[in-house]
Amino acid sequence: MKRRDFIQQTTAATALVTIGGLTLPSFSSAPKGKHITILHTNDVHSHIDPFGPEDGRNPNKGGVARRASLVQAIRNENPNTLLLDAGDIFQGTPYFNYYGGELEFKLMSKLKYDAATIGNHDFDNGIDGLYAQLPHAKFDFLSANYNFSNTILDTHVKPYKVFIKEGLKIGVFGVGIQLDGLVLKDLYKETDYLNPIEIAQDMSRILKEEEHCDLVICLSHIGYKYSNNPNKPSDLILAEKTKNIDLIIGGHTHTFLPKPTVTKNAEAKNVLVNQVGCYGINLGRIDFYFDTDKNKTANGTSIIV
Amino acid sequence: MNFKPLFALFLIAFIFSCKQEKQHLTRIEGKQIAVTDSLETDPEIEAFIKPYRDHVNKNMDSVISYAMHTYSKTDGELNTAIGNLFADVMFEQGNPIFKKRTGKDIDMVLANHGGIRAIISEGNITTRTAYEIMPFENSIVVAPIKGSQVNQMIAYLLNAKRAHPISKLHIVADKNYQLVEATINNKPIDTSKIYYVATNDYLYNGGDGMTFFQPSDSLYILNYKIRNAFIDYFKNHDTINPVIDNRFIKLDH
Repeated sequence: MKRRDFIQQTTAATALVTIGGLTLPSFSSAPKGKHITILHTNDVHSHIDPFGPEDGRNPNKGGVARRASLVQAIRNENPNTLLLDAGDIFQGTPYFNYYGGELEFKLMSKLKYDAATIGNHDFDNGIDGLYAQLPHAKFDFLSANYNFSNTILDTHVKPYKVFIKEGLKIGVFGVGIQLDGLVLKDLYKETDYLNPIEIAQDMSRILKEEEHCDLVICLSHIGYKYSNNPNKPSDLILAEKTKNIDLIIGGHTHTFLPKPTVTKNAEAKNVLVNQVGCYGINLGRIDFYFDTDKNKTANGTSIIV
Repeated sequence: MNFKPLFALFLIAFIFSCKQEKQHLTRIEGKQIAVTDSLETDPEIEAFIKPYRDHVNKNMDSVISYAMHTYSKTDGELNTAIGNLFADVMFEQGNPIFKKRTGKDIDMVLANHGGIRAIISEGNITTRTAYEIMPFENSIVVAPIKGSQVNQMIAYLLNAKRAHPISKLHIVADKNYQLVEATINNKPIDTSKIYYVATNDYLYNGGDGMTFFQPSDSLYILNYKIRNAFIDYFKNHDTINPVIDNRFIKLDH
């Protein structure tokens, strides 16, 4: 009997979708679970070609053309995918020295990156050097704690962006590291650095309460954690001092995590923190599964890492 | 054909789907995927990269000078041919910029032994050679420091017993690495004088334990990467033949 119900429901659902599809595509959502995939990189540092077979550390690893086929395969499997980068796109191979980041941005655009945040090395050719390459980037730069209003980047960087996939709202905001002491002032000029933790508290509230996002993602280049300087803002501190963030995608510290970290936020709820090392050696993948059935969430969200 | 049931179905679909059902997050799965040679290379992306790669490689492999011998930072105790070249390049390329900007000359140069990242092999020198010996992005900076700080630097060098590259500074030590004589411009170090020391931004900020650059009230940033200084130097010299000399020596007694 149950089986028969199921088949009937499925048939009906299919019919509904078909009709919806013919007339009103925007109302065609079937009452089934939704699935969002987040893919991410960080600190790729102009590593466009794979490491050679003779490389002492990472032989035969990385490479944008391989990442492209991997990303495409995942998009084919789930079109509701976002591809994000957590900064330090620039600097590390002669491609950057010769082309100033043009090739990096063009390739990221071809891979259909949705957004990136700004790392300290992205200022290596100065804020003007970054600005000059922006026309090559068909994706958004997100940073909520760099105030660019007195710089050439004013209005070219957004604090956050809300993506809509399968009717779900995914809010992504960016945070960056303190530039003073890390980047020469001549390079970052009048960029104003604001406390990333306080900004993240604001951003997560805006995205959850005002934008009503179903998922909130922090794209961070502040670093995973600093054992020698435990009070320095880091992803683990950001996770602990905020609420409503589902995922923190990190960068800067080139941290190779064996698996994504599950930690607790200010409300003792789970937050995922992930970082995938550097140089495009790994691609991070986080899958979020939704359901309309509230009973399934009665015991909280299950996390499999 | 009876359209009535179809219409009813449509109506249901409309009402049903417009009423947005609240979605609840039930499950999260996270992992990382290694990008290895087992993955397919996207041919379109590969084709897009190729002209850039060819241009970079062609440029990187263009011959810009010639090395008479092979030079390694392990060939020599307190000064080496490659280290002397390293510091001399920083002076020769950096001084005109500094002089033009300030009207002053660089008094001496200090780099670090660990900063020489590769040997220079006998034969053709290419742009790639400069990238190999200096893969880092460090730039030349000029720090005005007191003679007393120069003396701390000399104490550091005697204690390190390594061939940290120097230029225009002359140090003679006895067999126990005690200072016999130190001069800049053939004159003893004057503790009250300000010396303009060219180095890189890494060492200026205390890298390799070189704390003697601080305190300093001002710093001249030449906006000139050491690698680019090498490339320009090689282009200006069709042959290089640096030697071990007497800039930092130890006596036998």
